[in-house]
Amino acid sequence: MIRPLARPRRKNPALRTRQPLLPPGARSRAALGLTAAAALGRFELQVCEECGAVQYPPREICHCCLSGALRWREQSGLGELLSTTVLHHSHDPFFRERVPWRLGLVRLDAGPTVVAHLHSGCRPVPSRVRVGVRLDKSGQGVLLAFPLDEVPNMADDPELREMTCDPRFRKALVTDGKTGVGQALVRALIGAGADLVWVGYAEPWKRQPGFAELEALPQVALVPLDLTDSRSVKETAAEIAGRVDILVNTAEVHRAHGIASRSGVESARAEMDVNYFGLLRLAQEFAPAMRARGADGASSATAWVNVLSIYALANYPPHGTFSASKAAALSLSQCLRAEMRPGGIRVINVFPGPIDDEWSQTLPPPKLSAAALAKSVIRALEDGVEDVYPGEVAEEWLARLRESPKTLERELSL
Amino acid sequence: MVKGGKARRKTAARKTAPRKMPPRRYPRRGSGVGARSSKPREAVVTVPVTVPYVRYSLRSAHWFVARALAQLLKQSGLDKSDIDGLSVGSFTLSPDTAIGLTQHLGVTVRWLDHLPLGGACGIVALRRALRAVEAADAEVVACIGADTNHVDSFRQSLGSFSVFARDAVLPYGAGGPNASFAFLTSYYMRTFGATREDFGKICVAQRENALGYPHALFKKKLTLEEYLHARPIADPIRLFDCVMPCAGAEGFLVMTRERARALGLPFAEVRSTCERHNAFPDDPIQIRGGWVLDRDQLYGKAGVEPKDIDFVETYDDYPVMSIIQIEDLGFCAKGEGAEFIRRHSFTTEGSFPLNTSGGQLSVGQAGCAAGFLGLVESIRQLTDRNLARAVPDARFGLAVGFGMITYDRGLCSGAAVLGRADA
Repeated sequence: MIRPLARPRRKNPALRTRQPLLPPGARSRAALGLTAAAALGRFELQVCEECGAVQYPPREICHCCLSGALRWREQSGLGELLSTTVLHHSHDPFFRERVPWRLGLVRLDAGPTVVAHLHSGCRPVPSRVRVGVRLDKSGQGVLLAFPLDEVPNMADDPELREMTCDPRFRKALVTDGKTGVGQALVRALIGAGADLVWVGYAEPWKRQPGFAELEALPQVALVPLDLTDSRSVKETAAEIAGRVDILVNTAEVHRAHGIASRSGVESARAEMDVNYFGLLRLAQEFAPAMRARGADGASSATAWVNVLSIYALANYPPHGTFSASKAAALSLSQCLRAEMRPGGIRVINVFPGPIDDEWSQTLPPPKLSAAALAKSVIRALEDGVEDVYPGEVAEEWLARLRESPKTLERELSL
Repeated sequence: MVKGGKARRKTAARKTAPRKMPPRRYPRRGSGVGARSSKPREAVVTVPVTVPYVRYSLRSAHWFVARALAQLLKQSGLDKSDIDGLSVGSFTLSPDTAIGLTQHLGVTVRWLDHLPLGGACGIVALRRALRAVEAADAEVVACIGADTNHVDSFRQSLGSFSVFARDAVLPYGAGGPNASFAFLTSYYMRTFGATREDFGKICVAQRENALGYPHALFKKKLTLEEYLHARPIADPIRLFDCVMPCAGAEGFLVMTRERARALGLPFAEVRSTCERHNAFPDDPIQIRGGWVLDRDQLYGKAGVEPKDIDFVETYDDYPVMSIIQIEDLGFCAKGEGAEFIRRHSFTTEGSFPLNTSGGQLSVGQAGCAAGFLGLVESIRQLTDRNLARAVPDARFGLAVGFGMITYDRGLCSGAAVLGRADA
């Protein structure tokens, strides 16, 4: 029986904010394969291509046949819980302030025995469990044993909550609430239990359909926020940055041009100004405050979401300048991710394919609805993954990219 | 003192026919009849030394090795130049290894070994030193296990202990082996019906033994109540199930029987030894160690059986490991450990004397010195150089090594049967 998470009490301003600590984050290069899969929400272990042995902890060679041909393969994670313990003591400062902490020893059906964090919904030993992987606060993949079946208040397990970015009882900022994607995200965050959603808006003279209804929601607070204007970003950050737990950057300029179809750099500059420099301005003003609040109680600052584009990974010539601005944003977000890590703040990059909006009007289906995109962002927050490829087009691009980046480039240029 | 019926019979039997037995009652087997006499050189073990333990030290491991060597020289009457073999077990020498120590200590040797094997390094050092002396690669080998312990150095050492520990243990908060042995203790209790009281009995008895040993860091009697209600560490393990990391050193000399006689040094015979690494890798959880594979040969070569052993020095990093070693080394069947505990007292003068100087649980765990602790105590018991209370009529002792939990289990296991000279 897991106690449902209670609404966190108002913060006592007289008390010192708990400083963020991280669990041990050093890993061997081989072990980073676990993290790479965990970033996508997949539990993968090394499997020997020659003898088929599944192994853990990761190594650079197969422990059975000494082959170097190892592939990370998705695992069911099913296994038997052999033994459990509750740590009441730890040498590590992160765990020291979080004990008691449950751990389990699981014999996977696939072979290896693993040490895993233990979800409190697991039945007592001996029992069947499903081992999954999560990114911990240090951003590294760790194993977590789950009960086979859903139990009430599953997400409220204290160990799991350390590894996810659940919006419940948290305060979020959606940087541009005027777009279809922005509005869908505001509604989805509220639906996922966010206490308060600040909704940024620029150019107040432009009325957008749906915005007035959004404004009427009790959890919504409008904040002026123009990502092309450093002063606007600074002023809004001064008001709310110290309270934002989840930042979702939806602001975007998207024009459908390549190089030859338009003379001059004005529209490309406008794209860069929001998509790249806008992110930079936001990060400079909001990231330090969020990073300092990474361990601020049950509703600490937890995630920064960038809505990028699958075109960030490979240029789509009909939308060539937009692709370039998103590639720049992706590169910057990797820098942001590294800088947010000391605070335990997860940077989530979302790579949607074409969204069903006016700027992708001429593209053929399937196209991603704003609501579906918003839903995938919420799931990413709840699962604590780092990279999200929502929709069929994005998934297909990712598969093609993984197979051969060069082939994809040629395909896109035809 | 509670004595089990079986043990009393054993003691009684021993008392009826102690010294009148024919000298060849325990002939060694393995290399033919009369193997001992046909051997041109037989190595023995002598001069057990201890550099007194301290919880924390400002000194380096080098200092502890040096002080152990100084004691070995002083007590043997040898000169530094007589030492032509050196074996060092240590975790905290970094960035040095044994080779750097030769210059550090000003010794010139023709045989050198560095064994950072933790709880197994004493047994392994002994095995190799015996071979070296018997092969005449060295005349006198100094075997030393030494480590220092600075404030916070234990935590810092955890991250560099092994790649697996860094990748698959530390991120789970389980700094050190506490969680591994919590899993094992819990598993053992559930599978075989052992209780906290059973493990507590071992810890309490060892503390009783430690009260007679001047170098034990724990000098206060431990009651079962205190054991049961101590601070929880990792369920079901509590404070007195865990060893205390500390600084210190242990050592001994290996040389030929003739050399020891000529120097007038009381020595013990090494009847047989065994060593095994990464045994039973497919066991889901470490419920047995490599001893299971090696015990028949161990006792066979020694010419003794478990019932002939007068005291046992287990590698007691946690009480559950003591009981697993007792099972795996043939004193009772697997899973009967709890029943065995209830039958014996484990005190030095009682039935089944166990860890007669108090073991690591009461003396402290000085890194690799812990792998020497039981051996050094065994040599003392069998050469009447006791610092702790003497086991009555001890002729054969068993010292056990176990160590290197790089992921979820201890990889090294070893054991040595030592005998009183000409037992």
